[in-house]
Amino acid sequence: MMDLATEVLAGGVRGGTSILFAGLGETISERAGVVNLGTEGNLLVGALAGYAVASTTGSPWAGVIAGAVAGGMLSAIHAYFVLDRKTNQLATGLVVLFLALGLTSMFGVAYIKATINPFEALTIPGLSSIPFLGPVLFDQTILTYLVYVLVPATWWLLFRSRWGVVLRAAGERSNVLATYGHHVLPVQYLAVIGGGMLAGIGGAQLSTAYTNAWYENMTQGRGFIAVAVVIFAGREPFKVAAGSLLFGAALALAPALQARGIGINQFALDVVPYVLTIVVLVVFGKRMAAQQPEGLKKVFEGAPAG
Amino acid sequence: MPRRRIGPLLATAIAVALLAAACGTNQTPQEAVASGGTAAGGAAPGQGATKVGFIFVGPKDDYGYNQAAYEGSQAVAKKFPNIEVLTAENVPEDDNATRTMESMISKGATIIFATSYGHLDPAMKVAAANPNVVVVQQGNLIKGPILPNTGTYFGTVYEPVFLAGIAAGKSTKTNKLGYVYAFPIPQTIANINAFELGAKSVNPQAQTYVVNTSNWCDPGKQSEAAKSLISQGVDVISQHQDCTATITKEAEAAGIKVVGYHADASSLAPNGWLTGSEWRWSDMFIDIVQTSIDGKFTGSKYNANFRVGYKSPADQGKNPFDQSKFGPSVDDATKAAIEKAKADIMSANGSPFKGPIKAQDGTELFPAGVPADYATIEDKNTVFVEGVVGQIPKS
Repeated sequence: MMDLATEVLAGGVRGGTSILFAGLGETISERAGVVNLGTEGNLLVGALAGYAVASTTGSPWAGVIAGAVAGGMLSAIHAYFVLDRKTNQLATGLVVLFLALGLTSMFGVAYIKATINPFEALTIPGLSSIPFLGPVLFDQTILTYLVYVLVPATWWLLFRSRWGVVLRAAGERSNVLATYGHHVLPVQYLAVIGGGMLAGIGGAQLSTAYTNAWYENMTQGRGFIAVAVVIFAGREPFKVAAGSLLFGAALALAPALQARGIGINQFALDVVPYVLTIVVLVVFGKRMAAQQPEGLKKVFEGAPAG
Repeated sequence: MPRRRIGPLLATAIAVALLAAACGTNQTPQEAVASGGTAAGGAAPGQGATKVGFIFVGPKDDYGYNQAAYEGSQAVAKKFPNIEVLTAENVPEDDNATRTMESMISKGATIIFATSYGHLDPAMKVAAANPNVVVVQQGNLIKGPILPNTGTYFGTVYEPVFLAGIAAGKSTKTNKLGYVYAFPIPQTIANINAFELGAKSVNPQAQTYVVNTSNWCDPGKQSEAAKSLISQGVDVISQHQDCTATITKEAEAAGIKVVGYHADASSLAPNGWLTGSEWRWSDMFIDIVQTSIDGKFTGSKYNANFRVGYKSPADQGKNPFDQSKFGPSVDDATKAAIEKAKADIMSANGSPFKGPIKAQDGTELFPAGVPADYATIEDKNTVFVEGVVGQIPKS
């Protein structure tokens, strides 16, 4: 039997992985000046595409690739409307989400009863025997290990590479970037589509490595949690990782307590992740508002975009 | 200050939307009365119906609760080729349900099936506004007076769940059973209690650990719930969820046993499958529609809180549930014990809730003696029985 803390944190990593993939994607997108509320939709199409292709081909890896492609394609729609047609980012994101809901429930029917070879947990020899941290961090599926690598990689890309400077400039002062002879739109397109691909992989993790099932609207708001995490984490990859883990752990807390027969108001437990977001947003809200890329202020404060 | 302008704008938009909705609901009943009056030519609710409406809280293909109800609706369509069957999926248990039902009525439907527990209040509202329309609700109980055009119907699914509990109690080595449920409604609580009582009837040591997910289908939460239970040594798991694949596969992967609900999922757990309970609504739905068309709904058994189970021999054909087939690990002794228990339930003095049965806190829930009738059983299942580990969430 596992002790409570280990179980909750291991569950937090497991359940937080999809949120973290989506969060890293959204971080990249927002750094380039585009909020994508369609992140929930990206997760959803990733979950379906991942499950469908994994069940058809027998390979969960093919499913992950399909999830990334699906997430990328859906976010390309978002990118086209907000970047080329200059539509409102928040409204467009929601429309894209509803599009994803409709498409996945229509095409998903055939896969509800399908079965796949899911990703299994891989214990890393040596590391997994570290007390406490071992079972929490190193008894996970390979997609979780992939996201461990992607967190510092995203940070490096955004803050240490030339690419990152250009990307962040697109989000902060796109006119300056244009003055220096860069094309702003391709950069933003890449950021939004790349972000969507990451969210798509997160969706595939949800269906092929976590729940081992496809079901209509199975993401249940995890994409919105990811967007909230990104905002309260100030669009910094390591903080996004911490926030995702926190949400995952909050989600894992209720079943872990109940399975031990510990009586705590479960309705209260169910709102913990959400209350946490609101509290953190309120507490850190001012500072975060000051930190947000200039391009995003236009979105949130309602000034005409572009 | 563009932000400030959003408030009044939003408020106006909402007000307009509400006004539009209010007008909509005011108009539709009149239309329905007009069309229903000419088409039916009689005063009895639902008489001569040409359109029947069904609303579902989830998608029609969830391989669970909603699919079972949807298949029932399609059986109605097949049985009555002249009747048009209207269906609406993913109807929330709020004013949206009222609107959906009103819209079906405005299209000419004079029999409405509201198939989710939480659809009761909207259904009763619609029934009161449309006295010529039969509105029946699946699984809830009408408290107080029952209008001549309403009723609830359900099967006593806790009876096969009790039988499945016997299989679980016989099979467990750790004496720990797990049950993942969505919300603490009487239906669910009755199932959990019956499962524990069935297990305890053959294995006094057996305890049932419960975890709720506060969602009819969130596979992520289900996965965590199953993992938590398994990590605590649970070796038989069951569930009351609308989508059931995740928990079934999780149990099979962990090498433990699983008791199904809603549908036969034995193909997902070829080793661990014990048995389960599944739905079959067609006969009862057809009978409700036939009774209404004939103008006999008012005063019929459906114009009440109708329940059918093993103890209703006259209605066996309309019993909406079946026990699922047995898995490979269920031995003959267990099957015999289940057969015996089933015969016992069907006898005058048998019931899964045959007293004395104590609640978790030690108070007596069902006294010894003649078992309570179906309505009383459902009414009293608001607390867990002794042997269930976990608490009912309180709001």
